[in-house]
Amino acid sequence: MPDAFGISRPGRVLRSLAEHYRIIQGNPLGRIGFWVVALFLVVAIFAPWLAPHDPWEMQYDSEGSFASLQPPSWQFPIGTTHLGYDLFSQLILATRTTMIIGAVSGFISIAIGANIGLVAGYYGGKVDEILMRLTDVLYGMPFLPFVIVLIALFGRKLEFVILAIVLIIWRTSARVIRAQTISIKQRQFITAARARGCSDLRIIYKHILPNVLPLLLLYAAFNIAWSIITEASASFLGFGDADTISWGGMLYELWLSGKTRVAWWWFAAPSLCIVILVTSLVFVSRAYEEIANPRLRKR
Amino acid sequence: MALLELKQVTRHFELRPALLDRLMRGRKTRVIKAVESMNLTLGNEEILGIAGESGCGKSTTCMMVAGLLAPSSGQLLYRDRDVNQLDSGELNEHRRRVQMIFQDPYESLNPRFRVSDIVAEGPRALRLWPEREISERAASMLDSVGLPYSKYWSRYPHELSGGERQRVGIASALVMEPELVVADEPLSMLDVSIRAGILDLLRNLARQRNFACIYVSHDLSILGNIADRLLVMYLGQAMEVGAVKDVIMQPRHPYTRALISAVPVPDPRAKRAAPQISGDISRPVDPPPGCRFAARCPYSDESCRETFMKLEGSSSTGHQAACHRLEAIPLEAS
Amino acid sequence: MTKEALLSVRGLNVEYSTTEGVVNAVSDVSFDVMKDEVFGLAGESGCGKSTLIRALLRLLSSNGRATAAAINYDGEDIGSMPEKAFRESVLWKRISLVPQSAMNSLNPVYRVGDQVIEAIRAHEAATRAEARERVAALFDVVGLQAELMNSYPHEFSGGMRQRAMIAMSLALDPGLIIMDEPTTGLDVLVQERILRRIREIRAELSSSIILITHDIAVIAEMSDRIAVMYGGRIMESANVLDLFESPYHPYTLGLKNAFPSIRAIDSQLISIPGTPPSLIGEVSGCLFEPRCPFRIAPCARDTPVTENVGEFHQVRCLRHADVETFREKSTRKSTWHS
Repeated sequence: MPDAFGISRPGRVLRSLAEHYRIIQGNPLGRIGFWVVALFLVVAIFAPWLAPHDPWEMQYDSEGSFASLQPPSWQFPIGTTHLGYDLFSQLILATRTTMIIGAVSGFISIAIGANIGLVAGYYGGKVDEILMRLTDVLYGMPFLPFVIVLIALFGRKLEFVILAIVLIIWRTSARVIRAQTISIKQRQFITAARARGCSDLRIIYKHILPNVLPLLLLYAAFNIAWSIITEASASFLGFGDADTISWGGMLYELWLSGKTRVAWWWFAAPSLCIVILVTSLVFVSRAYEEIANPRLRKR
Repeated sequence: MALLELKQVTRHFELRPALLDRLMRGRKTRVIKAVESMNLTLGNEEILGIAGESGCGKSTTCMMVAGLLAPSSGQLLYRDRDVNQLDSGELNEHRRRVQMIFQDPYESLNPRFRVSDIVAEGPRALRLWPEREISERAASMLDSVGLPYSKYWSRYPHELSGGERQRVGIASALVMEPELVVADEPLSMLDVSIRAGILDLLRNLARQRNFACIYVSHDLSILGNIADRLLVMYLGQAMEVGAVKDVIMQPRHPYTRALISAVPVPDPRAKRAAPQISGDISRPVDPPPGCRFAARCPYSDESCRETFMKLEGSSSTGHQAACHRLEAIPLEAS
Repeated sequence: MTKEALLSVRGLNVEYSTTEGVVNAVSDVSFDVMKDEVFGLAGESGCGKSTLIRALLRLLSSNGRATAAAINYDGEDIGSMPEKAFRESVLWKRISLVPQSAMNSLNPVYRVGDQVIEAIRAHEAATRAEARERVAALFDVVGLQAELMNSYPHEFSGGMRQRAMIAMSLALDPGLIIMDEPTTGLDVLVQERILRRIREIRAELSSSIILITHDIAVIAEMSDRIAVMYGGRIMESANVLDLFESPYHPYTLGLKNAFPSIRAIDSQLISIPGTPPSLIGEVSGCLFEPRCPFRIAPCARDTPVTENVGEFHQVRCLRHADVETFREKSTRKSTWHS
């Protein structure tokens, strides 16, 4: 079927989105992961409307007494805290925080990592040396302590949590994308692009980037997963954002209350959410891995 | 005025051992002299074939002519202007005039680009025409190489055969309307039965669109078929040049003779003389001065190893060989 | 003088199961290789020649399956031999292989000589010293200096590595050596030397050789008899002189036109239009039909059978009786590209 000349921008974007959807759906694990992540996403977007109660309001049970440390019931599906707060509402709103941090940190860090990897890999020489030494320095930094120190220095605000995570996480994707850039840049179609008169920047972003994309998306999913875990860990240790609730923060509150042994529901819900979401993201990334590494494909 | 002229063009690559090797084991930097003092002229609409074995420098020469590699010394003159002295604006114009066709149809097309994007990429990168016109020219170019645009416009390279991919490569070079096309072994990765078609395509397009062509190949049979003139290289040096019939049927340089007598003939009754050559080919790393073929040549003497020979010979026919022992070599019927 | 058949293959089929369906890589192939001859197997990429060989030697990948009516070596049935017996008595000992891109088949971390020694000792009870002596002699046969046994593959040039692989293939004195594209990727002068050497080796050792290549010139120079493959089938087979002077099959005619010769640089080359056939699923009729300028209606339906058209000359073509007109017409470009 003849195609129109110069397909419009929106048309191209829609077409690639459709392709990505197909890629993910093509892999059984990817499919599961996709729908789970989608579910969490929906919850995160509609959180304020989905939460049945105010998460910071003391609740009373059907008999009118103070609902402290209630196990899961119809009224409170995930039970309550020792102060009578509804854990289900907390969980829902925490989902929003977690998703925001995960998505923002993940995408910013992959953007940084990809650009550094592409530039270092393509130009080589001094540029490569400088950028890679920088990456090495960051590799030497232990992840969590760094995040904690940064937050301790600048305060428990959402922006700093994101910043701290981003500053460290970009390092792995930078290394990996640089390696792939180096191998792609030696392929004949890049020489051909130079022969046709393409500038360096054009080659990097128009010719090399699309070929690095599968790997990039793989690491994007990883980065989001790592961000979520890091945020949960930092929050659990008391270094999360003070004003919003996150899953790690919920566990922190549990720890502070001293009721860890008693309130299993308080412990189970956020932990399960973390595990399920991260695992689903990894599943989604597996779908891209098959493309990034064709040898994994079935015959 | 010649379209292209190479004057004493040389290209060296340095093999620098790692820092530690240099300090601890005294390993010196070695030099690959890929191309040595090449002299070459190319007229308008001429098809010049460059023949030689691996390591002879033909690909490096290709890259220099196409402007993808700068000579280490010497002058590369395009229409009498030194390519190295061009400023960036003129360089873009030069890029448009000199284009390249690559060897591996499975590697020379960006797997993430559609055919339409591949062909249109050059004009887009250099902003030659408005977008609408670029698309039209790309479509018409695809038709000219035998790939009707309605069928091939949105395809990806992995959906195409080797021959089709190579045609896309040719289209993407010719859409720029070049004056000189450098073809680096464009047929070697294609099936035998379709090579002739691509060769014909190139020949016809060269005539219709009036461009000159430098065709590089190790396959002398193909060069005999398509080239007007033939240049033979060995380890970075030009050994012989002349009209293709002269060089193939009456080779003068000992290397050319050995090469031609080694080419198998698709005729079971044909008899071939054994090539007069000894030893194995080496790499052009730290080569001795003088003729690089001397070590394997049955006619060489001491002076061959020391003095570098330029192409010399009859300028009326243009048949020249870089050898000062020509009188000692008996003329053989080929 | 009639030669006896050293290798006799009847009705060989090879299928691959892939995600896109069953690929019939080789269909109904029958041929003989005589003693003391070079049998050339010609064809382009995808025609099944390498698959055929791998099936013979039971080296197919896991999704491949081969069936044959009969495979006999020197009168003995090797087609139905159990795996272990085949690996021990046939592979390398009676039939050896110089695989495609043999240059890359050498293990880079072992010395070349050691690799050949190991190959010998894996199949025969020989001491290291005995094996070493054999390898030195083999190196001499292929034209490599004995000292090179102690070198590593990366110190060898492409041509030298190829010779090492040929030495390995000769190690156990096989009666039949299969060489799959032995000179592809090598420079012309190196190719010439190696082909010359192969001819000399054959004269000395009187083994038979199956030479697989897409290079028509090489096959013309080296072979005694030739089979031309297309789409997994043998389209024509004959003595080399008969094949070149009186070809029957349109594909053979097309190949002759398409292949340039250094002795005829003025002649016009004519390509064969179209592309190689897809071998997926059942295919009836002649596989060359879509590209054949002499096709008639039955060609698409009826699969041609192999017919004798001369001494040792066989062809698969429904219209072989009309070959005189074909030969004349095929030299004209308009016949192929109307």
